[in-house]
Amino acid sequence: MNRMFAIIEREMRKFFRSPMLMIMSMMLPIVQLVILGHALGGHITGARVAVVDEDRGPQAVKVKEAFDSVAVNIATFKTTPYNDEQQAREDVRTGKVDAAVIIPPQFSRRVYAKDAARIGLVVDNTDQIMSGAIESEMQSLVDAVNQPVIQDRIVKNIALRIVEIYPYVEYMKYLLSGSIALAMYISVMIGGGMLYIDDKARGVHEGYLVTPISKLELVMGLNVAGAIKAVLSGISLTIIGSLMAGLGVIFHPGALFYLFLLILGTSIAFNGMMFLMMVRVDDPLVPRAMFGVLNTLLFFPSGAISPVAQFPNWLRWIAVIDPFTYAIHGFKAILLKDGGFVSIQMDLAFLFLFGFGSLFIATPLFKRTL
Amino acid sequence: MSGSATSSGNGAMRAAIKVENIVKRYGTFEAVKGVSFEVANGEIFGLLGPNGAGKSTLIRMMTTLIPVTSGRALVAGHDVVKEPNAVRNLIGVIPQALTSDQDLTVEENLIIYAKLYSVPRAKRQKNIDAVLEAVDLSKWRDAQTKTLSGGMRRRLEIARGLVHDPSIFFLDEPTTGLDPVSRIAVWEMLNNLKKSRNLTMLLTTHYMEEADRLCDRIAIVDHGNLVALGTPIELKQSVPGSNVVEVRFDRENEQWMARLKALADVTDVQSQSGGFYRVLTSNGSQTTTQLVELAAGLREQITSLSVQNTSLDDVFVHYTGRQLRDEQVKSVFTMPPRPGVQP
Repeated sequence: MNRMFAIIEREMRKFFRSPMLMIMSMMLPIVQLVILGHALGGHITGARVAVVDEDRGPQAVKVKEAFDSVAVNIATFKTTPYNDEQQAREDVRTGKVDAAVIIPPQFSRRVYAKDAARIGLVVDNTDQIMSGAIESEMQSLVDAVNQPVIQDRIVKNIALRIVEIYPYVEYMKYLLSGSIALAMYISVMIGGGMLYIDDKARGVHEGYLVTPISKLELVMGLNVAGAIKAVLSGISLTIIGSLMAGLGVIFHPGALFYLFLLILGTSIAFNGMMFLMMVRVDDPLVPRAMFGVLNTLLFFPSGAISPVAQFPNWLRWIAVIDPFTYAIHGFKAILLKDGGFVSIQMDLAFLFLFGFGSLFIATPLFKRTL
Repeated sequence: MSGSATSSGNGAMRAAIKVENIVKRYGTFEAVKGVSFEVANGEIFGLLGPNGAGKSTLIRMMTTLIPVTSGRALVAGHDVVKEPNAVRNLIGVIPQALTSDQDLTVEENLIIYAKLYSVPRAKRQKNIDAVLEAVDLSKWRDAQTKTLSGGMRRRLEIARGLVHDPSIFFLDEPTTGLDPVSRIAVWEMLNNLKKSRNLTMLLTTHYMEEADRLCDRIAIVDHGNLVALGTPIELKQSVPGSNVVEVRFDRENEQWMARLKALADVTDVQSQSGGFYRVLTSNGSQTTTQLVELAAGLREQITSLSVQNTSLDDVFVHYTGRQLRDEQVKSVFTMPPRPGVQP
């Protein structure tokens, strides 16, 4: 066991001597958290909408007033009056405006006659996020305009009352769980995978192999050291990310304990997976080439950016065996919901089993000779 | 000193290293072809040969780094295949590359290795102080390894290999990449260590001078075979002629080979390009006189002439049919001819 601790001591001395690994492992997740957290999941504001009024009747004025109220309140879009429908369509096509509303001739008369009055909406659907937001806002406006001035005494339509059990979660908070897992992955990839292969190539392992250290001591020493580095990265990003995103759950001792368990399980799972992949690799280029591929393959299908339910079936299978999925689910359960042990027990079970299972397979594959 | 090499039950003196018909095969390629030799206790034994001769493969088999295909190697009486940990406890190994951690200090590197060898806590600091003193790095114990020069880093590697008091020391090309001054410093250090610690050393080298100055006995290895074995003096004496006369004639002439061989006391003549000949003779001064007279009589001009004692280079040429330094140069690059200059 003392020899295993010697390996851990060597790795940790190097780790603390050079803070670069810690900085590098946290730089990408923090940048991602700040940029994606603010860039995605927000409301669209300031979209340009052309309005062509070919009716000029009182109902058209009512619709345009509703548009103006949107422009000065939630500001999803601002309107620009157009006289020519063709010009408005052309400007949508060329991107001068994001959408065009066409109020056709006889619109007011049809409204009064209850004769299927229609407003045209021309959108640039190459940008589905923008066109979806404008369509949704326009539909709300039309629904509001359609409401009768005097409501029926008996409501004929079914209404949905939505109860949100948690306060509004900004996208940055949603993204934090993925960022923590990503920081730990990078720490394992650089501090475990790349340094391990670099040490092999530099002959450091040759130095170990001429000592009486056993295969198990060497494997455990390398993996425990890798897991400690990932735990430190995970703890650092949990604290920094929670403060940046405004999550107060880290001040609850119980939640902190569960977060620590998740960080530990994730470290063991990531480290075991990385060791299994690198155990027979000698070329230092391999982990560098795999870095981006693995990041895409494991991070994005895990539900870090968008829900797993959105994926096609084949992608969901990756999520099922991906340790990122369980780590991120667990972090979300504690950070966003403070859900307690019950909400993370399956995640913890998977992460620990996956980690130790990978090490169990990797250890016999590790060569005690050159 | 731990790990005596005389641990046999019958009390008989046992060789520190005994290699019997050892073979290493990679697929169909045979890197080491049935080599046998013994290294006595307290001896510095050199494996001399060009790059790719199989020296490092041999040392790696003896230090348990690579599996043996067939044959047997006993180190301090322990079989490297059957008792690898017993072997590892008794040996110190200096690999060819500088592998100490650059981010750690000199002392930290030694602490880690002392722990890897399970040196007891009470003895650890004493051993580290002693080896730092032995390699003259005491002043640098707190320096980060990356701040050390190449020679100092090599000394640190030597200290690292000694931190657990081994009885047998393996060094794989210990002075490769060092400048001449650092190289001589390492030689002196190894000689001192051998005396003060009664170490048995096995080193590989492709430097003739290193083998000549350091080694009690030398094995010449070529293409995986052991082609010669003996003390430097024995090896030199095994080559016909005790002196080498190197002569270069102004003009190349096919008849020179026969003329030189016909001189008295000449045992062999080796021809190289550009009118250059190496004449092995048992009487250097006599042959030189004859050679000058012969050239004068034939009105041929000698552009250079030198007389030397037989070197290990001659031994290598004698046993392998080519020069060691040629092998090294060929393995790296071939110089293109300079324009307008005759080779």
